[in-house]
Amino acid sequence: MVAAGVARKLVFSWLGNPGVGGLHAIRRRVEDADPAPLELEEYSHFGMVGRYTAGASNLPFFPLRSYFETDLPKANPLIRPIRSPFGEETVYAVPPLKPDVTIVHAQRADAEGNTQIWGLLGCQKEAAFAAERVIVVVEELVDEAVIRADPNRTVIPGLIVDAVVVEPFGAHPSYVQGAYDRDNRFYRDWDTISRDAATTAAWLDEWVYGVSGRVEYAEKLGVERVAGLRPSGEAPSGSVDYGVYK
Amino acid sequence: MSEPRAKNPTPAAGAAGPPITRSFSKSEMMIVAAARELAGQRVCFVGVGLPNIAVNLARLTVAPDLELVYEAGAFGAVPARLPLSIGDPTIVTGATAVVSMFELFSFYLQGGLVDVGFLGAAQIDRFGNINSTVIGDYEHPKTRLPGSGGACEIAINARQVFVIMRQSKRSFVDRIDFRTSPGNLGGAEAAARIRREEGWLGRGPSVVVTDLGVYHFDESGEMRLDSIHPGATLEVVRETMGWEPRVAQPLATTPAPTPEELRLIREHLDPDGAYTK
Repeated sequence: MVAAGVARKLVFSWLGNPGVGGLHAIRRRVEDADPAPLELEEYSHFGMVGRYTAGASNLPFFPLRSYFETDLPKANPLIRPIRSPFGEETVYAVPPLKPDVTIVHAQRADAEGNTQIWGLLGCQKEAAFAAERVIVVVEELVDEAVIRADPNRTVIPGLIVDAVVVEPFGAHPSYVQGAYDRDNRFYRDWDTISRDAATTAAWLDEWVYGVSGRVEYAEKLGVERVAGLRPSGEAPSGSVDYGVYK
Repeated sequence: MSEPRAKNPTPAAGAAGPPITRSFSKSEMMIVAAARELAGQRVCFVGVGLPNIAVNLARLTVAPDLELVYEAGAFGAVPARLPLSIGDPTIVTGATAVVSMFELFSFYLQGGLVDVGFLGAAQIDRFGNINSTVIGDYEHPKTRLPGSGGACEIAINARQVFVIMRQSKRSFVDRIDFRTSPGNLGGAEAAARIRREEGWLGRGPSVVVTDLGVYHFDESGEMRLDSIHPGATLEVVRETMGWEPRVAQPLATTPAPTPEELRLIREHLDPDGAYTK
């Protein structure tokens, strides 16, 4: 979105190509205002988690033991010290974050939007509950009975979901636990492609604007490449017995 | 720091040195030395980049009981391959627990359960203060780096901080451009007082491992070169840092990587040489 010029501001705690290097389209905008400046509002991970938590819980701030003796509160005046009402201690506070829209990718949901995720959860639950609107993108649409058979795995209830998009392979080039692996070649290629504004634009033309949707995108990647991302084996969870109580 | 790939492949250390130094790279020596520092530790929060391979080597060698914590929410990870980043499905399969980031940062880290936070850095000063945010001025940076991620709160709340990074005039500097993660601030005495007053759980940095040697921190809170890697010289160490280093007397030589350590790196952890070329 930054490379395509549709993002004006970034609220963030880390910006990089994980395990590969920097994000060049963002660096061009921040370092050289090329082609336009990018507004930054910077936190740490715990700070962002705290902001979503305060947003989801309808609280005016989230307190945390971080930021002491660092330059982050100077870079971002929304990170502020507060005195404990119960003692002499000072901690830092961050403001609530309530996104207009949160988009979450998940393994499965039912038609009501009840969404189950396994694997790393990050702060997807907090970001969903904090948002005005929630869109879930799922690998698989399942019957309500599948959800109800394993309620511990429901991370986001349909109550707060506005739309369910059924889009298998929708997280590529990232991964979905148990479904497909990260496409590391893509991350490495992106490092080269994104170093130059013209090659970035050409890539967007070919792979974003030039395909009709995710199905064509996956076809364009090729059957072999997609198949190569399958997990190398199965690791099913054991099942538990919730019991019937009448 | 998010750049595990060596941009300039490092030649085998000390081509003119004893024969054994020809058989491993400076990066391999650095990773092995960093892994060995984890002997006896229990819970380690793994930073992105070089810490990832060092901590995984430690789990396979000197610290089999090490609980690996990854910031996206894995505790007790047992990755079957080197994770490509800190968010990777291989850190979930077989882990002790998968938790939300809220739980991880609140209950595990801020709750005081993390013994070692293992971080990388773009810049470090003699007191172990770390910059991973910008080179140059914050508003108009020369280089915009990835930023804190969890490093800021890890440096404050992990009981100890270990650092792994390549050393150069650009990375070992007299003054860092931005303090992302606090170390011993301006010296040990003041840092200890501030930590106590502000309620930090961490005692600050305890080790820095580079491609040239191993540094610990002396009673003044300053980095001291305690061990130099085979093939490296004090002259090169001095040429690659922005201050006159304190040097232990006597100065130890880091034992060279064992065949087993090299095998694990080359065959298992980094067969493509992404970290070690």
